[in-house]
Amino acid sequence: MRPVYMVSGGVSKFEKARPDATFQKMVKEAFDYTMGDVPRLKPSMIDGSVGSYFSDHFTRQLMAGIMATDYLGLCPKPNKRVEGGGATGGLCFQAGWESVASGRMDVCLAFGFETMSHVQTWKGNEFIALASDVNFDYPVGGFYSGYYAMMVNRHIHEFGTTVEQMAMVSVKNHMNAYNNPYAQKRKRLTIQDVRNSAMVAYPLTLLDICVMSDGAAACILASEDMAFKLTDRPVKITGVGTGTDMMRMADRPHGEVILAPNEKKSDYRNLKYPGVHSFRAGRSAGLQAYKMAGIKDPIKEIDFVELHDAYTSSEIQTYEDLALCKYGDGGKFVEEGHPFMPQIDYGLKLKTKGTIPVNPSGGLIACGHPVGATGLMQAVFAFWQIQGTIKKHYGSAELQLKKANRGLIHSHAGTGTYVTVSIMERGW
Amino acid sequence: MAKKIDAKTINAPRHNPAAKLDEIMTGTTVFNIPFPKDLNALKTMSPIIIKHPYYVEYIHSYGQDSPFFAGLANKKLLGTRCGKCSYTYATPRLHCTKCGKETKWVELPQEGRVHTFTTCYFGSEEFLKDTPFHLVLVEFDGVDTLFLTRLIGVEGPEDIKIGMKIRAKFRRNSQLKPTDVYFVPAG
Ligand SMILES: [Zn+2]
Repeated sequence: MRPVYMVSGGVSKFEKARPDATFQKMVKEAFDYTMGDVPRLKPSMIDGSVGSYFSDHFTRQLMAGIMATDYLGLCPKPNKRVEGGGATGGLCFQAGWESVASGRMDVCLAFGFETMSHVQTWKGNEFIALASDVNFDYPVGGFYSGYYAMMVNRHIHEFGTTVEQMAMVSVKNHMNAYNNPYAQKRKRLTIQDVRNSAMVAYPLTLLDICVMSDGAAACILASEDMAFKLTDRPVKITGVGTGTDMMRMADRPHGEVILAPNEKKSDYRNLKYPGVHSFRAGRSAGLQAYKMAGIKDPIKEIDFVELHDAYTSSEIQTYEDLALCKYGDGGKFVEEGHPFMPQIDYGLKLKTKGTIPVNPSGGLIACGHPVGATGLMQAVFAFWQIQGTIKKHYGSAELQLKKANRGLIHSHAGTGTYVTVSIMERGW
Repeated sequence: MAKKIDAKTINAPRHNPAAKLDEIMTGTTVFNIPFPKDLNALKTMSPIIIKHPYYVEYIHSYGQDSPFFAGLANKKLLGTRCGKCSYTYATPRLHCTKCGKETKWVELPQEGRVHTFTTCYFGSEEFLKDTPFHLVLVEFDGVDTLFLTRLIGVEGPEDIKIGMKIRAKFRRNSQLKPTDVYFVPAG
């Protein structure tokens, strides 16, 4: 395998609905932005592409990947579609990495999109719930918010996590997004606002849950030679990991914790793992990526994280999977302020701020979640953060971290069935 | 589309400026669309949005899992057990995920405990009519995995406790769906 760098990225602004554009046009917007950011890159220099979208039901068009590819003018070069539920975008990013790492391509475009506005919200929930076992789970009341609510109720039972701690995640991510022009929801909220919004699946309220979106995102990945020809500030991908778990969460084992390098067996004497309170796939993906990037103590060695916060609860659970804190300490981790941005006022009393900012962009909860684009959106936001170009792309430097040399991106599918973790670092 | 107004407004203020009507999928049939004389004006035209129904009847087989549904129709809750490693599945699978060997069918106890739960006030379109409904994962003594089901006989989430005993009941007229079994508080 050879080193792979990201040299450019672009995102179409995520909206509740984009009736003015088909998916090809949205991908084109993200692609054009990406190309505009690296003027030395000509379309002829792109060796091929990987494309991603989650649901054929939303798209109502099979082989949509090739239609985006031909719209971009990238035929007859290689392309394929990558899909894995909510982690579709993260898997696509890693498929792009594989294309370059293997030597098959010197320059690869990874693009993704979703068009979720094409059905009404409750139909959309039905489409998403079809990504659960249709023999045993879907007919009982297929609803992803219900599944995640069951998972967090067990987390609350095991560890004493509180709904206020979950609400703090929502306050943080909406507030971060206040300064991100790409975000779909830019709001100043209080913990009370989150708790007082409509109850969707107990204990998750409307503001604990991300919304559906239309949108697209694109990343250009390149070999070392090409990366330094194209930009002075390439970002190196130093670790990739992909984890999986049983589709039916009823089938998840109750065994021993998979230990991170900074943990020991005695930390978890009575914990049955992963059960339904934790995401074993997230732990697996994280540990693979840490090993590859040579990370031993993630909270000290990573500057920021963009993670898959489809639910406030899953952000808390993911702190633990990624070993930013011990299993069970996720609620306390946010309550103490560790994942907040140091420079932003959240209207909350926090003991400490900015130990490791999580979702500086606003995450899925505030930016939106056009599934196939989401994991790539995280890569783009992390790329700009590491490059130090947030001001250029957001129009304000409010969200630029002072130290952003190494970031982690995390993409997650259906109750933790597919999870990807990729480590991105300053490459120049 | 039936929706329960009480669920949505459970936490709403008395005067709610954010109140709005739900969008509906009915409309007027249109046979003509305005068109500009100047083709350059076409790019400022609003998008045309049409309704596109999509309905399919599948010939869906439960395959090797079929005995589970036959069991429900006969008031039996069936799981599977690995002959080699004895791992026991509350939601059946014909091959053991731990060792790969074929499992055998076993009858599960009809009483278990709530492993975790939720109450859904919204849901996928197909289940909106049922809201609010309660989902639980059931744990059984001597069984390694859990079983997803609906719990009835309770009002709200405050009535459901992790660890509480619950008991299986079966529909008399089987629908050959996993919802042929449901659980109630054991009393
Ligand atoms: Zn076995």
